[in-house]
Amino acid sequence: MSATLELCGVTRTFGSGSTAFTALSDASLAVDAGELVAIMGPSGSGKSTLLTIAGGLDTPTSGSVLFRGSDLASLSRDERSKLRRSSIGYVFQELNLLSSLTAVENIAMPLELDGMRARQARRVAMAALDQVAIVDKAGSFPDELSGGERQRVAIARAVVGDRSLLLADEPTGALDSVNGEDVMRIVRSACDSGTAGVIVTHDAQLAAWADRVVFIRDGVITDATQPLLGPESLIVADGST
Amino acid sequence: MTIPHALLALLAPEPKFGLRLKEEFETRTGAVWPLNVGQVYATLGRLERDGLVEYRGGSDDAPSQKLYELTTAGFKELRRWLHTPSVDERPPRDEVVIKVMVALTVPGVDVGEVIQSHRRQTLEVMQGYTRAKADAAGDLAATMVIDAELLRLEAAARWLDTCEARLRRGATLDTPEPVRDVGTAASAKPGSIR
Repeated sequence: MSATLELCGVTRTFGSGSTAFTALSDASLAVDAGELVAIMGPSGSGKSTLLTIAGGLDTPTSGSVLFRGSDLASLSRDERSKLRRSSIGYVFQELNLLSSLTAVENIAMPLELDGMRARQARRVAMAALDQVAIVDKAGSFPDELSGGERQRVAIARAVVGDRSLLLADEPTGALDSVNGEDVMRIVRSACDSGTAGVIVTHDAQLAAWADRVVFIRDGVITDATQPLLGPESLIVADGST
Repeated sequence: MTIPHALLALLAPEPKFGLRLKEEFETRTGAVWPLNVGQVYATLGRLERDGLVEYRGGSDDAPSQKLYELTTAGFKELRRWLHTPSVDERPPRDEVVIKVMVALTVPGVDVGEVIQSHRRQTLEVMQGYTRAKADAAGDLAATMVIDAELLRLEAAARWLDTCEARLRRGATLDTPEPVRDVGTAASAKPGSIR
């Protein structure tokens, strides 16, 4: 079975000639269904470029991006748009919630654009809000929500429907640690239910929620963590940690 | 001296047997630091010698179990300990810090690789704790103890990130001049990062 997302030797260069800048160089990465991968690196390391290419929002200069085995480059523009709308969820730092729509409308809108009837879209959107524990805020507009609530709406919108890939750029934004942890529990739970997830972050606490942490420097993937140790390995015989 | 004082704290509400003290200690610390009953009774013996607890008799059901009570002196010592800051004014001797600082001076060693190796290992341990925290949802004691470990590890990861950022800016470590007279050590040029 192929990975949900596969980047094969992806390079992205901006500009040309003497002003050319390579933001991502020969990056290869596979993310399976149910797996959460964190891309960790300092500002300007290429992690956000990797995420936008993974989500089909940008195209690589060379290399390929496979989504469930299909090369995004082989799809027409319409097919790519439909794929992005129906199968890939995004959470960006800015969240991009529409201020004139309520929480539930923000979630239902992409479903309706994809052809779902309004009543059903609303029902699915309400279920998504329930999943992130803010169903009581369904009728609130973004500016009536706290930062943590807006973050939850953005995540609900990203995982609603039949999404099989969740892409998030610093998904906890400026939230405090306990609220940020709630957001990561939701992301983790979506992945445990079968969604493939990729988050980019410079925050070690956030990255630690992932099954695998991939390190990126100067556009090059340099290293990755090994498979998780069991919690029992954290406690040694003499009781110290 | 954490465990003796933790036992004093657990005895503050009422007299308790050693086994119960062991169980309560583990529950309140999220079972991260397991204790055995032998350790508990050995510690209680020392506390009794110092007049901080008092032996109140055995158990009819289990003769090996002994009941202990906090004394007035024990309560005073407990209050003093609770209010004493635990922040060490001197930097702890951190092996990772020492390794990175020493690596800067070893010819042929890529400090960036040393930093990355420690960062990866730190993240791996953090992943283990985070998974344990996810599994411990609802267990407040375990969550708070794991938080403490995660924040300590995060600080280590951030220090490694900061070192890397400084070195990437082209900073190098000066070799300090030898200090000839210990009497003037304060004015000697220290090792510095440009």
